[in-house]
Amino acid sequence: MAFWIIQTLNGLSFSMLLFLIAAGFTLIFGLMKIINIAHGSFYLLSAYLGLTVMRMTENFLLAMVVGSLAAAAAGIAMHSLFLRRFYLKELQQVLLTFGFVFVIGDLCLWIWGGDPFSLPKPALFRGSIWLGNVVFPTYRLMVVLVGVILAVGLWIFQEKTKYGAIVRAGVDDEEMLRGAGINIQMVFSGVFGLGALLAGIGGIIGGPFLGIYPGADLEILMLAVVVVIIGGVGSLKGAFLGSLFVGFVDNFGKALFPEISMFTIFAPMAVILAIKPTGIFGKIEE
Amino acid sequence: MKTAKIARRTLFLIPVVALLAILLPSLVSTYYVGLAVQVFIMAIFAMSLNILVGHVGLPSLGHAAYFGVAAYSTGFLYLAGIKNFWWVMTLGMGIGGLTAALFGLLATRARGAYFMLVTLALSQVLWGIAFKWRSFTGGDDGLPGIRRPEVFGIDLTPYSHFYYFSFIIFLIVLLALFILLNSPFGYALRGIRESESRMKALGYNVWLYKYMAFFFAGLFAATSGVLWCYYTGYVSPVNLGMDVSAEGLLMVILGGSGSLLGPAIGSGIIVLLENLVSGFTERWSLILGIVYVVVIMFFSEGVSSILKRVRQE
Repeated sequence: MAFWIIQTLNGLSFSMLLFLIAAGFTLIFGLMKIINIAHGSFYLLSAYLGLTVMRMTENFLLAMVVGSLAAAAAGIAMHSLFLRRFYLKELQQVLLTFGFVFVIGDLCLWIWGGDPFSLPKPALFRGSIWLGNVVFPTYRLMVVLVGVILAVGLWIFQEKTKYGAIVRAGVDDEEMLRGAGINIQMVFSGVFGLGALLAGIGGIIGGPFLGIYPGADLEILMLAVVVVIIGGVGSLKGAFLGSLFVGFVDNFGKALFPEISMFTIFAPMAVILAIKPTGIFGKIEE
Repeated sequence: MKTAKIARRTLFLIPVVALLAILLPSLVSTYYVGLAVQVFIMAIFAMSLNILVGHVGLPSLGHAAYFGVAAYSTGFLYLAGIKNFWWVMTLGMGIGGLTAALFGLLATRARGAYFMLVTLALSQVLWGIAFKWRSFTGGDDGLPGIRRPEVFGIDLTPYSHFYYFSFIIFLIVLLALFILLNSPFGYALRGIRESESRMKALGYNVWLYKYMAFFFAGLFAATSGVLWCYYTGYVSPVNLGMDVSAEGLLMVILGGSGSLLGPAIGSGIIVLLENLVSGFTERWSLILGIVYVVVIMFFSEGVSSILKRVRQE
């Protein structure tokens, strides 16, 4: 019984982390049709920067601010200096972001070396609590809480604010948005920055339990890809549901069948692709 | 008229290039002969990818799947004691083609950026299996110690022998692709690239053509995978990874997707550049990233189009 409770809570906290990463990825894809291969690189960059800030100040919140803002800045720079020129040229955009995976990954390797690190947890959440007869780290519960808060925040942003309405309109019909006199490039850069920011927050949140190491960038990216394919591209609701699904399946897969754990998340993806190629909440493209 | 003139003027290049290719092993050191082998193999890979990218307009981000599956097949067959090259090549292409036939069912219903996402995810399934299923695939250690076979009584172990052999395979694939892409099938593919709805209206089964193109692309990629396994002597999850898929796309873009030989030229430039750079700096991964960015920013119309522009000015 204790096993199931612990694994369920682990799955839940991992799901929330996945949502942070997949939400940014799916927003960028939905609006601009860009597959941002460097999405995991923003995660990694933020986590490494957070590590340095933590070592210097011991302040987790400051680490999160520095890491995620740096990721957002890198994202906006990447979009406005490079990707923007190749609007709707998917192939060129993908290869550009792939180039940045190498650049960011190697710069991180250069600065922080190849040893794996684990980001220290914030002082407040280093302990554990008893839940019935199970001991559970408070940090994981904090991750669940932060994930839920950010999910609600994103939902309010998208559904209840003017900027959210602009983004939603852009996903549906970006030409009409231009016609309405909206500076679409500002919207694009803003959403790209937001997506990178979310990946950056993910890097800080995930750093203490997933670790920071060369290669984490592409692993994180692949999880986001699977989440987004299962949930449907461009949909926050889909990203949330997909994250819960992948988070639980991956967690239980790793615990129960370690050798084929990759397969346990990819197999459902293939099934969904076969039944509904656009994912559960994806829209059918014309 | 004009192209015919250019063709006549460049015709003399063919025997020159052929002679150079034949004499190469006696002109340069084994290191460069090895590089030339890499160029031929990756050229086959890039040309196979270009069936999808250039002719149908479907940029696959998971083409390493068929390359890697064939490489792993070669490794497993070698370890199972099958040393006959033709058996290995047939089975490797069969398994690679089968994988493409399966993945194609899932991928060809998507298009554009979503097609890339789906092909990427499918190829990563295989990468995941190769990486995690340690007892079967050896994990990230891969399968080492695969020796090159004998063909018609000639041992392919020396680089110079393997060089001629992969050169011949390259020429065969080149000829096969030339025939395939200049057949009615090839014209139909380019028709689909230009206007899917028009081709549908003309009564073509658009999906079937896309699917067949996907299958052929996987089949020829498998050819290069078998050769690559023999070239490096081992196979690992890297062969199934996104790096290989993206590198193929970069070669296609750099060489230009408009011509049959464009991707082969792209392969030549990228392979030489990579080996040159990794020779003199530890930061070759950084440089490779910059190469990606520079190629896309300045050469995304392909090298050949730049030559054309220079000639016109």
